[in-house]
Amino acid sequence: MTATATPTTDVLPAPATPLKRSKLMAAIGDAKVVTERNLIAYVRIPEALFFSTVQPVMFVLLFTYVFGGAIATPGMAYVDYLMPGIFVQTVMFGAVSTSIGLAEDLHKGLIERFRSLPMARSAVLAGRTSADTVRNVFVVIIITIVGYLVGFRVHTNFVAYLAAFGLLLLFAYALSWGFSIIGLSAPNSETAQLMSFPILFPLVFASTAFVPAATMPSWLQPFAEHQPVSVVVNATRALMEGGPTARWVIPALLWCAGLLVVLVPLAVRKYRHTT
Amino acid sequence: MALAIEADGLVKTFGTDVRALDGVSFGVEEGTVLGLLGPNGAGKTTGVRVLTTTLVPDGGRATVNGHDVVAEADRVRESIGLAGQYAAVDENLTGRENLRMIGQLMHLSRRDSSRIADELLERFGLSEAAGRPSKTYSGGMRRRLDIAAALVHRPPVLFLDEPTTGLDPNSRNAVWALVEELVGIGTTVLLTTQYLEEADRLADRIVVVDRGTVIAEGTAAELKSSLGETVLDLGFADPEVAARAEGLFRGVWRSAPVREGTMVELNVDGGPSQVMQALRLIDDEGIAPTTMTLREPSLDDVFLSLTGHRTTTEDDLEEVR
Repeated sequence: MTATATPTTDVLPAPATPLKRSKLMAAIGDAKVVTERNLIAYVRIPEALFFSTVQPVMFVLLFTYVFGGAIATPGMAYVDYLMPGIFVQTVMFGAVSTSIGLAEDLHKGLIERFRSLPMARSAVLAGRTSADTVRNVFVVIIITIVGYLVGFRVHTNFVAYLAAFGLLLLFAYALSWGFSIIGLSAPNSETAQLMSFPILFPLVFASTAFVPAATMPSWLQPFAEHQPVSVVVNATRALMEGGPTARWVIPALLWCAGLLVVLVPLAVRKYRHTT
Repeated sequence: MALAIEADGLVKTFGTDVRALDGVSFGVEEGTVLGLLGPNGAGKTTGVRVLTTTLVPDGGRATVNGHDVVAEADRVRESIGLAGQYAAVDENLTGRENLRMIGQLMHLSRRDSSRIADELLERFGLSEAAGRPSKTYSGGMRRRLDIAAALVHRPPVLFLDEPTTGLDPNSRNAVWALVEELVGIGTTVLLTTQYLEEADRLADRIVVVDRGTVIAEGTAAELKSSLGETVLDLGFADPEVAARAEGLFRGVWRSAPVREGTMVELNVDGGPSQVMQALRLIDDEGIAPTTMTLREPSLDDVFLSLTGHRTTTEDDLEEVR
């Protein structure tokens, strides 16, 4: 059949020829377009970005000035112990915005439109998680500045700080894929947020982010010492404050790789099957 | 003529017992408009979603522009435009950014995407608002942007899922005129609607679905003539009197009377003598109608006789709001 009836009059703009690209390049291009679209939203609603830094700042102040005095951290000032934990907590709570953003897109009908386009199936998720990574760069810089104001210091060097920064972004990126599954499963964006917290809280607080594991009951210690958040916190702490780095950085990288290997295919699968 | 859309025994179930599509088959010839009609929950939107590849059917098969919707989903996606019931534009992006984004996701170059975006904005009277976030747009503007987004790549097949729901009469007329122009340049259109007037005006053929199955098919004229030539509408003082009149009419002629509130509808193909007979029947019982109209049957009547209910019930109205 001759199904390519090309309209001739100028009711519509003249058609254009699609770019010739490999499948992979097209998928990367699609992800870039969706990333841009999400970043525009961050720029256009700066309030959202501003308020996403308020909570971590409050945590810095709360733990430094209220709880900090009661927590003994041998070998370093509490604020130096605390800040790596705050960084990890901040990027993890930031990952919730991945689930909220996707739930909104889904329920506003945008995902329906994306799914009817000949774009890569991974692009909506890759674009969302990438935009959230860019946002994390901004947030981590802000928290670093706030940390410095309350007495936090990097005791290693700038390169090690950058390495820690990169690790934080990688860990958050991996988690974002997990939270995108929640976003695609939630009935609306409010519920997406509520569904995220029961996962976040035990991981963030039953960890070495704010207190040494030795202060916890013995049944909790094995979990608190080995779960991924503690491993990433310890790696960040080692990179920023000194101590044996490879001991923590290598397992942290392995965790990130493992999470990505599992979560990316699961999330794309969920996206394909979401109705 | 070749078929631009062909659905063959489509089945889609949600959960264990909701059969949204229960063996739906129909075809749409190239360059024509098919009106898919039915009440809310009839399966219209599910049908559109299967044909636009956003939902995989559980049974049956379908082709759009010659491509299988499951096996060649990307080929189908390149040939279709979809404008949804709930205007799916990104609220945070401007009108121009929305259209550019669609162009780029259609794998057009940045330059082509920008040119087409600007031309479409001009064409749809959105040039002035092009630089404003679309959340500041009125309902009609948003719908125009949504339809423009479906036309970025000049698709040979266009799906319009309730394109005028919630629009004011002016905007609705503009959408209708646009659809007519698109058909003029050879576009095939599948239109779902609850408005019979819309189907009457735009659709070359109509498929009526209810509870996931096709219950009638034909041109608007064919569907209407299946109901006969003339309808007598009688209005009464109150529903009780109307019910008594309905009772008197029942069983007298081949076609049954239909009552809704204080109104009774009757097919009177028997001509003037049948009208007089009807009036005499109620007069003998001392019932006098308060209003009387003779008219051609509407698609609404067709719908009523096929499904036992009007297209838009009170419940549906609640849902639309």
